[in-house]
Amino acid sequence: MLRLDSLALAQGDFRLTADLAVPPGTWAALLGPSGGGKSTLLSAIAGFLPPAQGRVLWNGQDLAPLPPGQRPLSILFQDGNLFPHLTAVQNVALGLSPRPRAPDRARAAEALARVGLAGLQDRRPAQLSGGQQARAALARVLLQDRPLVLMDEPFGALGPALKSEMLALARDTLTARGATVLLVTHDPADARAAADSVIVVAEGRAHPPAPATSLLAAPPPALRAYLGP
Amino acid sequence: MAPRPLPMALRRAGQGTRARTGPPRRPGTLAALLVAALCLGPLVPLLLRSGEGGLGAADAAALRFTLLQAALSAGLSVALAIPVARALARRRFPGRGALITLLGAPFLLPVLVAVMGLLALFGRNGLLNAALAALGLPPVSIYGLHGVVLAHLFLNLPLATRLLLQGWLDVPAERFRLAAALNAPVWALIERPMLARTVPGAFATIFALCLTSFSVALILGGGPAATTLELAIYQAIRFEADFPTAARLALLQYALCGAAALLALRLAPGAMGQGGPGRAVQRWDAKGRAADALWIALAALFLLLPLGLAGWRGLAGLPDLPPEAGPAALRSLGVALAASALTLLLALALALHGGRLAQLAGALPLAASSLVLGTGLLLILRPLTTPATLALPVTALLDALAALPFALRSLAPAIAEIESRHGRLADSLNLTGPSRLRRLTLPLARPALGFAGGLAAALSVGNLGVIALFAGEDQTTLPLLMARLMGAYRMDAAAGVGLLIAAMALLLFWILDRMGRADAAP
Repeated sequence: MLRLDSLALAQGDFRLTADLAVPPGTWAALLGPSGGGKSTLLSAIAGFLPPAQGRVLWNGQDLAPLPPGQRPLSILFQDGNLFPHLTAVQNVALGLSPRPRAPDRARAAEALARVGLAGLQDRRPAQLSGGQQARAALARVLLQDRPLVLMDEPFGALGPALKSEMLALARDTLTARGATVLLVTHDPADARAAADSVIVVAEGRAHPPAPATSLLAAPPPALRAYLGP
Repeated sequence: MAPRPLPMALRRAGQGTRARTGPPRRPGTLAALLVAALCLGPLVPLLLRSGEGGLGAADAAALRFTLLQAALSAGLSVALAIPVARALARRRFPGRGALITLLGAPFLLPVLVAVMGLLALFGRNGLLNAALAALGLPPVSIYGLHGVVLAHLFLNLPLATRLLLQGWLDVPAERFRLAAALNAPVWALIERPMLARTVPGAFATIFALCLTSFSVALILGGGPAATTLELAIYQAIRFEADFPTAARLALLQYALCGAAALLALRLAPGAMGQGGPGRAVQRWDAKGRAADALWIALAALFLLLPLGLAGWRGLAGLPDLPPEAGPAALRSLGVALAASALTLLLALALALHGGRLAQLAGALPLAASSLVLGTGLLLILRPLTTPATLALPVTALLDALAALPFALRSLAPAIAEIESRHGRLADSLNLTGPSRLRRLTLPLARPALGFAGGLAAALSVGNLGVIALFAGEDQTTLPLLMARLMGAYRMDAAAGVGLLIAAMALLLFWILDRMGRADAAP
């Protein structure tokens, strides 16, 4: 279980506090205005931004001493999820080891096939479409098989149809493994489609998760101001 | 691509609070220590050996001449660069891109070859004096202060032009449009303030470069009236074996170069970056078309004529190549490749480390000219061994140091860009240490590595410096061979060697630069 224990983040003049827990296996959407701190919160959980106060706990263990690559999580950024000079299969194999060997590459190829990229494994990112790049990045997350997955609007650059297709694919594949997923989005439709619960991040605070359907049906003031009438 | 500072800011914020991620840093610390030891270590024997006794009359004259020629050279270069850069900034014409590329060539061009070209134009038997003789006029001499300044103008006018041109290109196009809409004077409103910002930096950069002039003064200067400090050091060691005087002069030169380099860094932190040719900005103040054309033509002629003559004489001199040229070329190649490899290692380690330490270590060699360092090393090594046996390794080492600031200026931004774009992804995949270097940094930094390596190799091939202090007959490199031939007035053979040097320098740069770019990731 992910727990943010009296967490306070500071970045320049920006402040964000969070005191909440996300039950295992939950898909939680981080919803709120841009600049509200959704990505900052994800950065802190991933280990890129040390907290000013408080702790990030996974199953009771403080993650502070662990560098990003050794935390029990995978992260998908808004963009730049693939190294441009490596092929798809080399990119995915890095999810298994910083020094992938032949067996790692074979498993990476299988993962690529699972997300519908069979036959494209030797292409570089520039030779893949935006949707294919997103699939390749997702293949690496599947292969990493970490219990917590952080998604920072990874499908934001895709068209609406492709985005919901990718969300569905991610949901199918990751839910089967019981992963906890935090999904940053500014689109309530994403939250409705893919998330069980919603964490509203606004006005300097990340609120505890609330059930997606009821929250979106009757949004609290902070969320209503963002969603509009 | 827009800079994305956030990830780096995050990384910095995280240091010290948790296990370290990011690129390996320890090699950078080692490289900085090595550079500091090499640049500061030779000071010790210089201080010990300088003994009592102040500056003699000849030493003071050398100091005065060094300052005078550097000030004149830098002043003239910048003053003449203003109209040329302005013309290039506001005119579009066929060949503009080629001309701007050519402005970068004198930086790679071996100094001796440039001097050879100037001699072919202005020398005793040059074109100018042939024309004067045909008209029944007395000949002019290129030797002395004006010759030294002329050569420095030839070598540095292109650099000054590129620095100032960058100033013009950095002015947003909208500002010219606004000035035109308001019918406001472009010179007073935009250009004069821009020049007030850029000219001091360009002057200081070229002043610092001209202070360390050795080859130019060796060929075109000399005598009590036209000896630079570097030349005086060389003469004290080679001709008089007067080591205390050499040590005193070297300390003086060290202080002078250090002050000038510091000044140049303050005034022009980005000088010698690789500015692209840019587009000529659309301008509405289109007066002075004829004057602009004249300035561009004059500058092109002043650059191309000596280059063409050096090439022509070189071709004619190829049959006169002495038999030593072959072994000398092999030695030069070996020295250049070793220097280039060492420069790349140091620059890469420093660029990965980043921060103030890398900046300092990268600037230190600017203060320590290789002739001064060579003097210090000579004092250390002479009691231990015959200096000539170490001539080639010492030359490679000091050439590597000399190229380091320029290599770092191309490599450091490339590495910073890689880290800012891909650093977080690499961290999240636990890609650290050697794997990060092999899988991320080296493949993506290859174009910058190729460019920096090519630059270092080309500079080394053409550099006549410390080798003149150390070498005996058996360690002659191409520049030393050329200088000796010129000293013996065997100009045809010297021109042939010069062509060989220029060809090797350009070819090495081209090959290494190509190796970096070929098949590079997008």
